Amino acid sequence: MINQLSWKVGGQQGEGIESTGEIFSMALNRQGYYLYGYRHFSSRIKGGHTNNKIRVSTSATNSISDDLDILVAFDQETIDVNHHELSTGGVVIGDSKFGPKLPEGSHAKLFAVPFTEIATELGTSLMKNMVAVGASASLLGINTDIFQSVVEQIFLKKGEAVVSKNMDAIRTGMEYFEKESQGNVGDFKLAEADGQSRLFMIGNDALALGALTGGARFMPAYPITPASEIMEYLIKKLPEYGGTVIQTEDEIAACTMAIGANYAGVRSLTASAGPGLSLMMEAIGLSGITETPLVIVDTQRGGPSTGLPTKQEQSDIFAMIYGTHGEIPKVVMAPSSVEEAFYDAIEAFNIAEEYQVPVIIVTDLALSLGKQTVNPLDFEKVDIRRGKLDTTEELPELDKGVYFKRYEVTEDGVSKRVIPGMKHGLHHVTGVEHNEQGKPSESPENRKAQMDKRMRKLAPLADRFPNPVLKFENHDEADLLVIGVNSTRGTIQEALPRLEKEGLKVNHGQIRLLHPFPTEALQSMIDKAKKVVVVENNATGQVAQLIKMNNKVDKVESILKYDGNPFLPSEIHNECKELF
Amino acid sequence: MATFKDFRNNVKPNWCPGCGDFSIQAAIQRAAANVGVIPEELAVVSGIGCSGRISGYINSYGLHGIHGRSLPIAQGVKMANRELTVIASGGDGDGFAIGMGHTIHAIRRNIDVTYIVMDNQIYGLTKGQTSPRSEMGFKTKSTPAGSIESSLSVMEMALTAGGSFVAQSFSSDLKELTSLIEQGINHKGFSLINVFSPCVTFNKVNTYDWFKENLTSLSTIEDYDPHNRMQAMNTLMEHDGLVTGLIYQNKEKPSYESLVTGFKDEALSSQDISLNQEQFDKLAAEFM
Repeated sequence: MINQLSWKVGGQQGEGIESTGEIFSMALNRQGYYLYGYRHFSSRIKGGHTNNKIRVSTSATNSISDDLDILVAFDQETIDVNHHELSTGGVVIGDSKFGPKLPEGSHAKLFAVPFTEIATELGTSLMKNMVAVGASASLLGINTDIFQSVVEQIFLKKGEAVVSKNMDAIRTGMEYFEKESQGNVGDFKLAEADGQSRLFMIGNDALALGALTGGARFMPAYPITPASEIMEYLIKKLPEYGGTVIQTEDEIAACTMAIGANYAGVRSLTASAGPGLSLMMEAIGLSGITETPLVIVDTQRGGPSTGLPTKQEQSDIFAMIYGTHGEIPKVVMAPSSVEEAFYDAIEAFNIAEEYQVPVIIVTDLALSLGKQTVNPLDFEKVDIRRGKLDTTEELPELDKGVYFKRYEVTEDGVSKRVIPGMKHGLHHVTGVEHNEQGKPSESPENRKAQMDKRMRKLAPLADRFPNPVLKFENHDEADLLVIGVNSTRGTIQEALPRLEKEGLKVNHGQIRLLHPFPTEALQSMIDKAKKVVVVENNATGQVAQLIKMNNKVDKVESILKYDGNPFLPSEIHNECKELF
Repeated sequence: MATFKDFRNNVKPNWCPGCGDFSIQAAIQRAAANVGVIPEELAVVSGIGCSGRISGYINSYGLHGIHGRSLPIAQGVKMANRELTVIASGGDGDGFAIGMGHTIHAIRRNIDVTYIVMDNQIYGLTKGQTSPRSEMGFKTKSTPAGSIESSLSVMEMALTAGGSFVAQSFSSDLKELTSLIEQGINHKGFSLINVFSPCVTFNKVNTYDWFKENLTSLSTIEDYDPHNRMQAMNTLMEHDGLVTGLIYQNKEKPSYESLVTGFKDEALSSQDISLNQEQFDKLAAEFM
């Protein structure tokens, strides 16, 4: 019996790799196992190697593993590309159709199973992925019955015959593998899980659900990897709640349309990745100077330009903080788990309205697209706060020619906000510097007053923000403080016990608020550590530079990875060790 | 009932004396009063350029955004609150150069926004460069040897893009212009009204006199039917686009908002945005 293992399925894009992984992991999730997935794919629809690596565990896990226990291959390329990950005694299950071969010197065990042939005999070769699921189930020692509900969910709309054929394919795959492998394979039998049903979702699902729960009712957006799932979810759900999604002509339209809707009183968001965010920069400045709330999601992927559009990277951080020309108050949030993505999406709208600023939620590809088991989301925690938005409709009458003071200079910098349609609320909004009524003004005194007003709005945020740095502090005096952002949290957490075992005292901080920078929260952690190292998926150490800029620290080390793949726990472990 | 005076504020426009934009401002104010909206129910969204300042010169809700983006902003406003009358406005550079992508998609999308282009065939605020509406050979600071790009036929473009309300006018003809803006506001869908608005400072070719000489009113064309798209296209081609009046209207084309599943007539901005536990549990259960 084992408590966790790693399983990967690979083949040509478009031949059902995605659905094989989906069915396999959904069924396990329903048994109470914790799943964590990472998809390797390319920017094309048919052809090209793709794979889906899934970690299965009886306890919470938020990282891909260093090695691989089971590789399901639909072609030889899958074996050639991935065999090096296999642990000693690892198993390759390949379709007999292509005559699978292990590369020389491989310590893995190979089993050829006629996926395609069995599926064809049962009715259609399309079910070859079900045969593969059955073979895998045999290795894991799980009952094929657990797939019934998942198969029904996917295929019942095509009729009961389709469901039973697919179940037959799973059973036949299992029986075949059992016979074939008898006594000749290591122990991959999973210990029983707790049987609790938890959510199984990608970060983008959580962001979209969070936006909907947080009151977003309008989303203009332009499709892009790895952000499109957010608009796709909301176009399915928003009509039930009165809202909608518009697929715009480009990201500039998406961002400005969202500004228009927010200005008119509807919580509205857009989502994109680096290329789209680059196009939105001027509009983000408009949101800033007009103090119009705005929420944007940036699902980071490999840049620059088109870069590595389907790969992991965290290189937009500087662009999100500094990208807009001129100076505006802006918030950049960075959830580090799927759960946080849900709560942060709600909070982003609250912050955007309370401070009347643009809020950018940055994620990374691994967080946005990695499908994982998520603990129940707590509706009790959902809180909608709209700040100084006045909806009383009892505003005092205005003198002729005088506008409502939409930009009144106040102590906290935030002014009362009214929306079009409101009686006695007339005012002007412009991206030109303006006076308290929103009328253009170039007077130096007014410029300073309005600039200061805007820039002081966010002063209290770093203190009010829930856990701007997520602290995993076990030591008052640590040898090392490891800092990360977004999806690296689980991987760092996995490397930590290995370092501790080797005698190092290690604390870990995951930054959740990138701007305004949580200087104080980090400083107390830095002061407790002899060395500080930042783990990030970029080439220039952007987070490390932010720390140097904002904190008192002698030296900040960097562990960087920018080859398109997420960190492995062993990489963080080894590179941390080398610092000593 | 509001009168056109209710749409005046005390802001003095920064346009040059004699600029065509003054009349367009007056026409919008008159049309708004004539269709029966009050200042609080009107949102004017404008772009950047001389003409872009217009949202600040009308006593209504107004948003002066960024260059070329008045249309997506205006469409966002309308989607948020269908009860508002939304006018977008800007110059020919704003709508047909930097913002052309938005213009053509706003036309085909057909959200109920009235778009008034103040077309002076030149860049005024940057002191005299060529525009997509400038004629071939037009000499400007950026085309000292004369423009070597052809002028864009925007009315024909609007017809091919599926425009449901396409009109053109001349700033001097306040009566016709006011009437077209009223019709545009009353039209249930996107309306494009291109208005020739002479730039007295930088455009010495397309002057008031030039337009008077070269424009043909559609009212003078016998049997002109603004519901006949083919006739509209032919007439535009015959007159090199230099016609005024309602060129084409398709009242049958439904507005975008009216086709959105579940979209209510009530303003989205006044609807409750909170979910209840039951709704949330149902949404979450889909991920199990």
